[in-house]
Amino acid sequence: MPSPFSKKSATDEEKSTESKDFDGAVSAAVSKSAQAAINVKLTTEQKIEFFRTMVRTRRFEERCLRSYKDGKISGFLHLYIGQEAVAVGCCSVMQENDQVITAYRDHGHAIAVGMPLNPLMAELYGKVTGCSKGKGGSMHFFDPSRRYWGGHGIVGGQVPLGAGLAFGLKYKGIKGAALTFLGDGAVNQGAVHEAYNLAALWDLPVVFVIENNGYSMGTSQARSSAGDLAKRAEGYNMAWGVCDGHDFYEVRESIDKLLNLAREKSKPSILEIKTYRYRGHSVADPDPPNSTYRSKAEIEDYRRTKDPIQLFQNTLLAEHVLNDALIEKIDAEAKEEAENSAAFAEASPYPTVEDITKDVYWEEDNPAQKKSQGRIFFD
Amino acid sequence: MPVISYREAINQALAEELERDSNVVLMGEEVAQFDGAYKVTKGLLDRFGPKRVIDTPISEAGFIGAGIGASMLGVRPVMELMFWSFYSVAFDQILNNAANVRYMSGGLINVPIVIRGPANGGTGVGATHSHTPENICAAHPGVKVVCPATPYDAKGLLKSAIRDNDPVFFMENTILYNDKGEVPAEEYLIPLGLADVKRQGTDLTIVAHGRAVIHSLKAAQLLEAEHDISVEVVDLRSIRPLDEETILASVRKTHRVLLVEENKPFCGVGAQLSYMIQDKAFDELDAPIKRVSAIDAPAIYSKPLEDEQLPNPQRIRNAVLGML
Repeated sequence: MPSPFSKKSATDEEKSTESKDFDGAVSAAVSKSAQAAINVKLTTEQKIEFFRTMVRTRRFEERCLRSYKDGKISGFLHLYIGQEAVAVGCCSVMQENDQVITAYRDHGHAIAVGMPLNPLMAELYGKVTGCSKGKGGSMHFFDPSRRYWGGHGIVGGQVPLGAGLAFGLKYKGIKGAALTFLGDGAVNQGAVHEAYNLAALWDLPVVFVIENNGYSMGTSQARSSAGDLAKRAEGYNMAWGVCDGHDFYEVRESIDKLLNLAREKSKPSILEIKTYRYRGHSVADPDPPNSTYRSKAEIEDYRRTKDPIQLFQNTLLAEHVLNDALIEKIDAEAKEEAENSAAFAEASPYPTVEDITKDVYWEEDNPAQKKSQGRIFFD
Repeated sequence: MPVISYREAINQALAEELERDSNVVLMGEEVAQFDGAYKVTKGLLDRFGPKRVIDTPISEAGFIGAGIGASMLGVRPVMELMFWSFYSVAFDQILNNAANVRYMSGGLINVPIVIRGPANGGTGVGATHSHTPENICAAHPGVKVVCPATPYDAKGLLKSAIRDNDPVFFMENTILYNDKGEVPAEEYLIPLGLADVKRQGTDLTIVAHGRAVIHSLKAAQLLEAEHDISVEVVDLRSIRPLDEETILASVRKTHRVLLVEENKPFCGVGAQLSYMIQDKAFDELDAPIKRVSAIDAPAIYSKPLEDEQLPNPQRIRNAVLGML
């Protein structure tokens, strides 16, 4: 079957940044989670939409890489390629009062909560039409209207914030959970342990999701962490789980269980999701053969046998939800959408020098309301 | 008018704001059951209950970060640092997250937190417990920094700080907690960003904040009684935003400025004031700007030396005499 990611569809120019081909040798094995209630209830339209969101994420990230190499994006770029099922899967289970926060590999989460691509690419280009008016960049996508609280640069720094989102929900008597993402590189930061303790001590409705892609920049898990990652929850009397982040249905089933624990019982948990990134930690981290910490063969093996989009595609083909024509159409549209976002970003203006000192203080940005109580977000 | 202590003034401000706005919540180590390490939060747990007045474990990065996260949703945490010295264990949360989240989101988010607690030396607690980080914090756009010197200022400024929609860092002083002063029974607010001329004078301006104001007022009394010198004392109250106009008006009046601060001199508040004054009122100055800061070393333990290390009325008086 033709794959969006096969060599046939990639032009020479695209080959350097697109997913490498693979021979579709992955078997369309049925996920053991396909029969979970959270998955069985999905409609065909929903399944296609989730697939589409993962494809859109992949194509957007690839387009970002091209823009970066063209000098349009500066600073950091931490690509989500290979991890799509984690953000899309987890966010797909969010309910109306759930909140989400993550670290700097945040493009996937932004797209998963529904942020349109134009302001994302414009933000990367540093344009005033960016989702943060050009003031944040790649690591700082935010959308409070979609309950997405960033986008944070300091490893582990967002984890107490996530516990705080859960605290805020509980304080205001709102039934909901805070999805707090962190990487395998963050689990040893002191602030993370402080957040774990507070969550367990105060019964905060938070799920700490460790996106374990095996490497903290260039340092493998074995060289970083003593003991297992999620299992540390036991030291805090917290529930925990581990799941396969390449299996979309399994991600949904696993996170749903723990989100329910948070919402219904106001109990925190840690979910470690095993995933993998094909690209370097950031653009500055070279791909093999110049990589210092992993081999080309390892990456190729993941692409070939564990690509989350390919696996879900196989599943949906077997379910007769997808067909070749639809796959091609989804992929073509995803590429076009990504291309359009780059065109939008290119055409957009930069902020002005006067803009530099705006958005620092609420009071200065809202002078008419200076004497009032002020804005309370939830109201 | 009632005469109450600085401690009581803060307690009243907290109680009034807890009463007024159900989003306000107090958090900190020993603030609830212990009534506060310095009894500032005494009685608040009994009155408002454990949901509104929360004891935290010793976990500054954790609970301050959690407070910041909750504030993004509209909760208004007033978090105590038992000593402002402990800010450094939560530096990333305080000065990366609280200060920057609004900006990095392009203004989509605000962080209406207050962090309060004593920032002072002079109590023999040694170098790691004696920090006065108002200058360090004020160097970060996105935050506000307030240092009240009197009970009246403490109550009015804390109420404003709690109602402010940005992070406000409120720096008290354990030695001032017992100071008494007149505080109206009726509700009042003091806006942030306004200095206060605590003493009118004509010969020289002292600009100070926190306990240095009290020492400066004592020095001014000595100078008048013993040397017939009239010193004006400007109490900054807010470090950031800074009330430049009140300072400059005084400079235009007296033409001599002495800056007094408990900070260490290097990049202290006085360093910022010096630049500002000479930049905007150079022609008004009849003498170089001088300062009395803490003597530049980590806070010493030995009591008589600690008292000398910090600004005190004698050092201030001597500095003024040297300028006239």
